[in-house]
Amino acid sequence: MSSRSSYRCPYIARYLGPLLALAALHLPLQAGPIDTGTDNTVSSADLEVRIGYLSYRPATPPALSNVLPEPRDSGLRGAELGINDSNTSGRFLKHHYQLDHLNSDDPDTLLQQALAWQSGGIHLIVADLPASELARLSKTLGTDALIFNAGNSDDALRTTQCLGNVLHTLPSRAMLTDALAQWLASRQWRDWLLITGNQPEDQAYARALHRAAKRFGGRIVDEKAWSFDTDLRRTAQKEMPLFTQGGDYDVVVLADERGDFGEYVLYNSWLPRPVAGTQGLAPVAWHRVVEQWGAAQLQGRFEALAGRWMQSRDYAAWAAVRSVAEAVTQLQRTEAPLLRDYLLSDRFSLAAFKGRKLSYRPWSGQLRQPIALVHPRALVSQSPQEGILHPVTDLDSLGFDAPESRCSTAYTMTNSATGDTK
Amino acid sequence: MILKRSLLTLAVSMLALNFQSAAQAEVVYVSNEKDDTLSLIDLDSLEVIDTFDVGQRPRGITLSGDGSKLYICASDSDTVQVMDLATHKIVASLPSGEDPEQFVLHPNDQLLYVANEDDALVTVVDVNSHEVIAQIDVGVEPEGMAVSPDGKWVINTSETTNMLHWIDTSTHELIDNTLVDQRPRHVEFNKDGSLLWASSEIGGTVAVVDVGTRQIIHKLNFDIRGVHRDKIQPVGIKLSSDGRYAFVALGPANHIAVVDAKTYEVLDYLLVGGRVWHLEFNGDESRLLSANGVSGDVSVIDVDKLKVIKSIKVGRYPWGLAVKP
Repeated sequence: MSSRSSYRCPYIARYLGPLLALAALHLPLQAGPIDTGTDNTVSSADLEVRIGYLSYRPATPPALSNVLPEPRDSGLRGAELGINDSNTSGRFLKHHYQLDHLNSDDPDTLLQQALAWQSGGIHLIVADLPASELARLSKTLGTDALIFNAGNSDDALRTTQCLGNVLHTLPSRAMLTDALAQWLASRQWRDWLLITGNQPEDQAYARALHRAAKRFGGRIVDEKAWSFDTDLRRTAQKEMPLFTQGGDYDVVVLADERGDFGEYVLYNSWLPRPVAGTQGLAPVAWHRVVEQWGAAQLQGRFEALAGRWMQSRDYAAWAAVRSVAEAVTQLQRTEAPLLRDYLLSDRFSLAAFKGRKLSYRPWSGQLRQPIALVHPRALVSQSPQEGILHPVTDLDSLGFDAPESRCSTAYTMTNSATGDTK
Repeated sequence: MILKRSLLTLAVSMLALNFQSAAQAEVVYVSNEKDDTLSLIDLDSLEVIDTFDVGQRPRGITLSGDGSKLYICASDSDTVQVMDLATHKIVASLPSGEDPEQFVLHPNDQLLYVANEDDALVTVVDVNSHEVIAQIDVGVEPEGMAVSPDGKWVINTSETTNMLHWIDTSTHELIDNTLVDQRPRHVEFNKDGSLLWASSEIGGTVAVVDVGTRQIIHKLNFDIRGVHRDKIQPVGIKLSSDGRYAFVALGPANHIAVVDAKTYEVLDYLLVGGRVWHLEFNGDESRLLSANGVSGDVSVIDVDKLKVIKSIKVGRYPWGLAVKP
């Protein structure tokens, strides 16, 4: 099962509305086509920038307990908004952005598409793929390509599996759990009861929680593995209190990425305690409740485009496309290796509605960013927490710092020197 | 008897004097973004003397040329309201386009140039006929607006496109664009119109642009001991008309930078309130006022001494200021 399409000129429909309304009112409309003039402050060489969006969408696993699943097009819609924003800006520079995309449940089909794009001149890819497929894509496309990982939070991709042509816009699991641990420390909720699901992703999230606890002074006082296969929608009130019985704890932390059981721990724990982690108070890249720092505008644009709320994957894909556009604007070039080297340099910064400038870590290709801590109806906090100190930037207190990553060689090697820059 | 009468006369004349000075005191209008109100501050007593309900999410505010009316961007009401300052009643709502945030009134006192943040447009409204004269496509999230003293140029900043857009007011066409650092927020012309100062909130810089060449001739950076550079986010700018100072509000750094407008040297940082946003002078520029969003107050600065002399509690999230003589 796969779907593909091409996407461009999205603002026309939005402008048509106000234009027609004005015409109907017989108002003189003097805004003609934009004349950028000859004495241009900004250069006006025509540039075409094509970006491919790939996402692996397996058949949805049977939802045991998650009543509200993530939208199927999460990620893609964010990339589309990034294209819209970049075209609105790009028309002043005669830069044109275009998105091609493919969703598939077959990894080989996705790889074939990437190769076809590459031979057709598309070297910029935004990907939402399993770690193994991302590694295969990275190796197959080589240093001519620049890939943005906007869908995988695997820590190994940032520490040991060094893919020099891949930048990560989605936060790593370690960034999320560090953000949570900093906040729990600020509340002095030190004793955690950890419940972990039975999926490999859940184990990975639990490992990240263990690491975060150690870094920020949390204690995992008890650990339980969730292996039940009941549908909790009917039995949570009976099962959960018994399951969470034991010694005292300040907070229940959950590692349940699919949403198998986590939502049903809230209000059902044996002790009256808050719940955090993958459910309850959750560290996220993005959520509808983020509205500070101009974010209300981004949320509004996204909802007008997609008819739903913007998710973390949408934000990561949007940030990937916006990174490309920012680099193209500054360099007036489109070659992937040049863009990569610029993005990894300290000359790059991105305004992305998080109250700080964002940049890429030169040792892992990870986009530095504050992490929102949300419950479904409000923003609770944002990490890094006030008072967390770091010799360079407190943003690097989230996730794996330079000495903890083995990938710096892969990223410090410039691709533009060796890559095809014709 | 005579003594009594003269005492009475004296009392009456003192009373009259009091009324007179009360009538002459300058009044600061402050838009409270999250209260849907305006606070009025008496500049003699430095106290809030009144509060009025206005449209939703009031942000940019500006006086008409004769000071009789106040224009208010009611962003979430999608309109620019006109307040009669004699009665403090809203007397008209102008068709501003959606989500008006900032605007500027042309020196002709007739055309209002409004940034429509959600629609990537600048709308030109005739304040007399209440008609939309033109809409001009600009970059993503238009925000800052300025008009040159001779009325030739209107400048708009777009926060996500990171440009200054140069609009020719005789044709209402976009003539040129100047790339600046991330998230340009505010623009201000100097008195003779030769230079344009533009703040970049996320970039953390202020660009000084030569209006003749439309090129950046200088870029200011700021450095406050103990404040991380990411938190230094310039927003509001005011230039003193004697050409001596530029004041730059630094947002979440909670300080205002005092800049020598000739040498571009930063002379001092004044600690004001939380998330300092826009700035305004009183009539003789002896006082500078700042709207501090997070702490919900207005700081009053003595411009001669470069000292903060008072903080005045206003509504929730004060955003912009206008001073009525």
